[in-house]
Amino acid sequence: MDVELKEMLDDLQALKRSLPDPSHQASIDKLQVHVEHLTNLAQYAPARRSKVKDMSAEVVDSNPYSRLMALQRMGIVENYERIREFSVAIVGIGGVGSVAAEMLTRCGIGRLLLYDYDKVELANMNRLFFRPEQVGMTKTDAAVQTLSDINPDVVLESYTLNITTVQGFETFMSSLRKKTFRPKKEGSGVDLVLSCVDNYEARMVVNQACNELNQTWMESGVSEDAVSGHIQLLIPGETACFACAPPLVVASGVDERTLKREGVCAASLPTTMGVVAGLLVQNTLKFLLKFGHVSPYLGYNALKDYFPTMEMRPNPQCSNASCLERQKEYLLAKPARDAAAKAKMEAEALVVAECPIHVDNEWNISVVDDSELDRTDGRSSDALPEGLTHELPTADEFEKQPTPETTFNSVDDLDDLRRQLDALNAD
Amino acid sequence: MEGWDPNTKSALTQIPLLSIKAGPRDGAAWTQRLKEEYKALIAYTGMNKSNDNDWFRISAANSEGTRWTGKCWYVHNLLKYEFDLQFDIPVTYPLTAPEIELPQLDGKTHKMYRGGKICLTVHFKPLWAKNCPRFGIAHALCLGLAPWLAAEIPILVDSGMIKHKDDSASSSES
Ligand SMILES: [Zn+2]
Repeated sequence: MDVELKEMLDDLQALKRSLPDPSHQASIDKLQVHVEHLTNLAQYAPARRSKVKDMSAEVVDSNPYSRLMALQRMGIVENYERIREFSVAIVGIGGVGSVAAEMLTRCGIGRLLLYDYDKVELANMNRLFFRPEQVGMTKTDAAVQTLSDINPDVVLESYTLNITTVQGFETFMSSLRKKTFRPKKEGSGVDLVLSCVDNYEARMVVNQACNELNQTWMESGVSEDAVSGHIQLLIPGETACFACAPPLVVASGVDERTLKREGVCAASLPTTMGVVAGLLVQNTLKFLLKFGHVSPYLGYNALKDYFPTMEMRPNPQCSNASCLERQKEYLLAKPARDAAAKAKMEAEALVVAECPIHVDNEWNISVVDDSELDRTDGRSSDALPEGLTHELPTADEFEKQPTPETTFNSVDDLDDLRRQLDALNAD
Repeated sequence: MEGWDPNTKSALTQIPLLSIKAGPRDGAAWTQRLKEEYKALIAYTGMNKSNDNDWFRISAANSEGTRWTGKCWYVHNLLKYEFDLQFDIPVTYPLTAPEIELPQLDGKTHKMYRGGKICLTVHFKPLWAKNCPRFGIAHALCLGLAPWLAAEIPILVDSGMIKHKDDSASSSES
């Protein structure tokens, strides 16, 4: 555009020189001022940055990664550039998922897989990320539009589907298995799945997929009254799965009986969703880049600014068959795990002996053995830390009842039954 | 069953319970479950008819029985309001209930999630979870959709958000 504006200015000047009649001078000058103004504006028009081959630590204002690579220089992260190898799947591109996607995009994540079946609505504008001009676009397309502008280095894949349907689930599973991005990666094709959906049904579906694929994932949620939320790390076989115990939620402290639900389904705040997205991506970065402590469960009570934490062991009686398989595998792998942990301890002891840092231990921080930690067996409510409750009850002990056929319907052929219902439906 | 009205309670207790815990990805077990679903739906529909409380039609829209479509209606001030009804059986069924959709009412009420999914009461999910796998499609309609229609349709009609089908056209029959 600036080339054309430049040519227009040249033409105007040529015209001014060639015109013998000075009465047109003023209007040509006016046109010239307009074109100059447009040229100025054009400088700020959206220009896409080009892709960057290697992440540089050079501190110049044209380097999008200099402040991130500084984490490595400061010794917080050992190898920041590894982030470009990782694939993260985000299920649900709503108030939490879209913000998480933007954070990971700005961090220079290698690849993002985005799943949602919904469209952008004006009613979403109280949340971050989506813009009014994107109303009517699918959330996945709108997200790809914005994210690819922010950082063209990120490989983006969008899946506009509902993962809870049989067909959607199959596509979801095969997209997670696909290993074209990093063919040598072990396990599935993604490093982490982030569940940012807004309902129990979809969370159970993500849980099902991750248990079957032996895929580590993180759960996130914001309560329907918008004043509490949580994130949770789920490692199949090692931690409780989402079906091992009824879902844990942060008690908002608001009495359910005084909560007015007439005329509304759910409330939402950009603040609570932004905080939860931030906690989720922080945990994701720590998990992927191996720094700090990765939280197994972190709650957020916005009314009290209270952050409960806990850990949950898997339930040996979990209703999910794949969860039980993963638990068995985890137990079988114990000797190998112990040997690896021992080797790591010995290597660390060697390093400590060589350079004794933190001798004074000013803050009296002591390292606690993992096994000593208070791990709750998610099933019993009494063991829950203060401020956390179960969202749903467990299924009642189910006794096999006398086969109901004998009591009310002796037909046992599917087609006959279908015809029986059709006949009832016909009149 | 705290929080439920007596009509819902008595209807619910008469719907036969199911016993097979199987979802659409479970092959032969799902076929067995599907038979139980039909039996419960047949019993519930028949019961509604004999009680002069017929209020829905539902049938499987595919041979796998994973998608269901039909109609439901509600009578308010002697006028009948009828709506399309649809839902998919989720892959995690019956651990999670089907999400019932009334697509024609999408965007007309706050008591609905995107896509026309009805917003269930706080009592529905706990009761469903507690009774897995005994509750099926018929129970979801009885506990989920029936109370929703009873609560929301009068409000939608009185506020003018929905009109009776004879209202718009000048009725020449009368
Ligand atoms: Zn489990």
